[in-house]
Amino acid sequence: MTEKIVIAMSGGVDSSTAAALLQRRGYEVVGLSMQLWDYTRPESSNAEAEPKKSGTCCSLDDIYDARRVARFLNLPFYVVNFEKAFEQEVVIPFVRSYLEGETPIPCVRCNTFMKFDHLLATGHYARVRQNQATGRYELLQALDTSKDQSYFLFEMTQSQLKHILFPLGEYSKSEVRRMAEEYHLPVFEKPDSQEICFIPGKNYGRFVETYVSQGPTAQEFETSQSENPGWAARSGPIVSRDGNVLGQHRGIHNFTVGQRKGLGIAVGEPLYVIETDVTHGRVVVGPQKDLLKRGLIARRLNWISIEKLVEPMRVKAKIRNRHEAAPATLYSNGPDSVSVEFDEPQRAITPGQAVVFYHHDCVVGGGWIKESR
Amino acid sequence: MRRVYLDNNATTEVAPEVMGAMLPCYREFYGNASSVHWYGQEAKALMDKARQQVATLLNAEPNEIVFTSGGTESDNLAIRGIVDSVPGTGKHIITSQIEHHAVLHTGQMLQKLGIKVTYVPVDAEGLVDPAEIEKSITPETVLISIMHSNNEIGAIQPVQEIGAIARARDIYFHTDAVQAAGKVPLDVEQLGVDLLSIAGHKFHAPKGVGALYIKKGTKIRSLLYGGAHERNRRAGTENIPHIVGLGKASELAMTEMENNTGRILELRNYFEGETFRRIPHTSLNGPRTRRIPNTANIRFEQVESEALLINLDLAGVACSTGSACASGSIEPSHVLTALGLPPEQAFSSIRFSLSKFTTREEIEYVLNLLPEMVGRLREMSHQHNKSFVMRGE
Repeated sequence: MTEKIVIAMSGGVDSSTAAALLQRRGYEVVGLSMQLWDYTRPESSNAEAEPKKSGTCCSLDDIYDARRVARFLNLPFYVVNFEKAFEQEVVIPFVRSYLEGETPIPCVRCNTFMKFDHLLATGHYARVRQNQATGRYELLQALDTSKDQSYFLFEMTQSQLKHILFPLGEYSKSEVRRMAEEYHLPVFEKPDSQEICFIPGKNYGRFVETYVSQGPTAQEFETSQSENPGWAARSGPIVSRDGNVLGQHRGIHNFTVGQRKGLGIAVGEPLYVIETDVTHGRVVVGPQKDLLKRGLIARRLNWISIEKLVEPMRVKAKIRNRHEAAPATLYSNGPDSVSVEFDEPQRAITPGQAVVFYHHDCVVGGGWIKESR
Repeated sequence: MRRVYLDNNATTEVAPEVMGAMLPCYREFYGNASSVHWYGQEAKALMDKARQQVATLLNAEPNEIVFTSGGTESDNLAIRGIVDSVPGTGKHIITSQIEHHAVLHTGQMLQKLGIKVTYVPVDAEGLVDPAEIEKSITPETVLISIMHSNNEIGAIQPVQEIGAIARARDIYFHTDAVQAAGKVPLDVEQLGVDLLSIAGHKFHAPKGVGALYIKKGTKIRSLLYGGAHERNRRAGTENIPHIVGLGKASELAMTEMENNTGRILELRNYFEGETFRRIPHTSLNGPRTRRIPNTANIRFEQVESEALLINLDLAGVACSTGSACASGSIEPSHVLTALGLPPEQAFSSIRFSLSKFTTREEIEYVLNLLPEMVGRLREMSHQHNKSFVMRGE
């Protein structure tokens, strides 16, 4: 009997091609789409948002596309509704993180909590192998490093890695598109997904405001945040490093470290957001050079190629998906905290983002940036 | 692959006799029933015959039958049609918490228009208490709408008792008999109803056709305007092939019901009994006896019903986690919730619904699959407790 495999289908080119590839390799493939977010909700339909177009992930149109591909490949296909879990595990932490002055990256949580429970194949660009010496399952960058998504997958556990297949890890994006066309997949020309899937426009600040005031947990936010001077839409000062007030802001959640636009300050030299200070409700700005930091502290760690960090370790560390991993040394601060010291200062180390450690093309582990220093 | 269809409350296979009756309506008798010429007369005659057949199924008069596009339209026409035709303001209607969405959502729409709606609860078996209805009646009550048989759990409601109450108080009484028609005898006189909805595709006629029984003398406002069809109660060219199919299916149900009911009931009870015997921690949702013969809503503790549904489908077995109209919804079934089930139990329940085409051998096939499948899913839900909790929150 052929082996059965479930593939998470988003309706995009990648997961569709992955499904076709697995089928050609002789698997009995079952397609599954996850309905994660209701795009008719007020938080998603704010005035500044672009009308919903393809180019995001997991909308009803995308589920329709996934169904079309499954039908074309003659796969059994199911849509599972995960809206509630998605909101709990992804959206609320995203909003909370923004309110704490961070710039969160929901895709990691989404990948960790939603997509990898029970599932066996996805269209991510990454590779998995078992290390014969250590016995551990390792997560590797895709061969096409420009499309590599291992950064988003750093929270995967050993048991998840053991049960996952990434059929696209060995291919480049152009090869995948070519295969999609060759297989006549109905979505072969569909644009890639970008941005955060549940925020169709790019106005994250507006999303957070609407969610906090109108979302299902509005009251809870009200109670938990009322003491917090930095919480959504509460205005405050924009200050320089030495404390001079340079202007006013309308809520810290509108700012992220490294941001230059939207400060509304006219002074001689270009100013950048250096820090979002929730405790005092301030946005701290400064010249570009102040963005450069030598190190950071990360918490909520997950180790993949090693069981835990016992002694200082040389790695390359990536502080954003698009960041080129930079040489650094890891020092353990205890069970769930690590200091990362870069060889060269790095620009705009942002709390709330993930930092992922690589040894060559292999993910050592990663964590969440707590602060830069 | 071997396929077994146990989702007959969602829809049924069209009976060959029904197909046979319909086909000439596409080929020869394709006239418009309103036309004067021979084609029109032939179509009209076919429709009249079908109306008689449906009337016979319900013990009604042919002119009390209005053909519609199905159960949803029948329910909408009954409720909105009555509410709109009764003069006055501050109108009130009574229905139950376990109605089909065709009734519930119509009720919600009417609430937005200022109509008061009472949704009476049900007991742990899913039965409405007639005394509860009586208690809810106010001088403004214009309509009571209580379903005959529930689509998810099969519970047969005390329609006759409610009918008597409605008649004594001179209140219109509608029953949604979509899941009852063709499965149990229906007699509008005996039930004491003024309006009764049926849908063809639940008893081997095609989708897209249904009927509403409207007791003679009942004033009702049409939902659709555009012609004098159906005695001004439903404008639009009559769908003759489907109406003929509905008629034929009604006739078949009349002649076969006694035989079929016994056989389906026996199969259902066997399936149910064996499931409970072979798989621990399983139980029945809804009443054991006051129930349409084809429906078994079974709870598999610690099993995510959606996972079981998918696994069964991959093995060729079609069933459902509730009403087909609610699939994809993340809310637990409103029916199971009304029975008092907590969400995690509602999310562990599967509906199997049989038809006259279900065979003993098909039931054996499913019974042989189920224990292993349920066991495996229970094991997984222990390992991955998270996803189970996720649905149950």
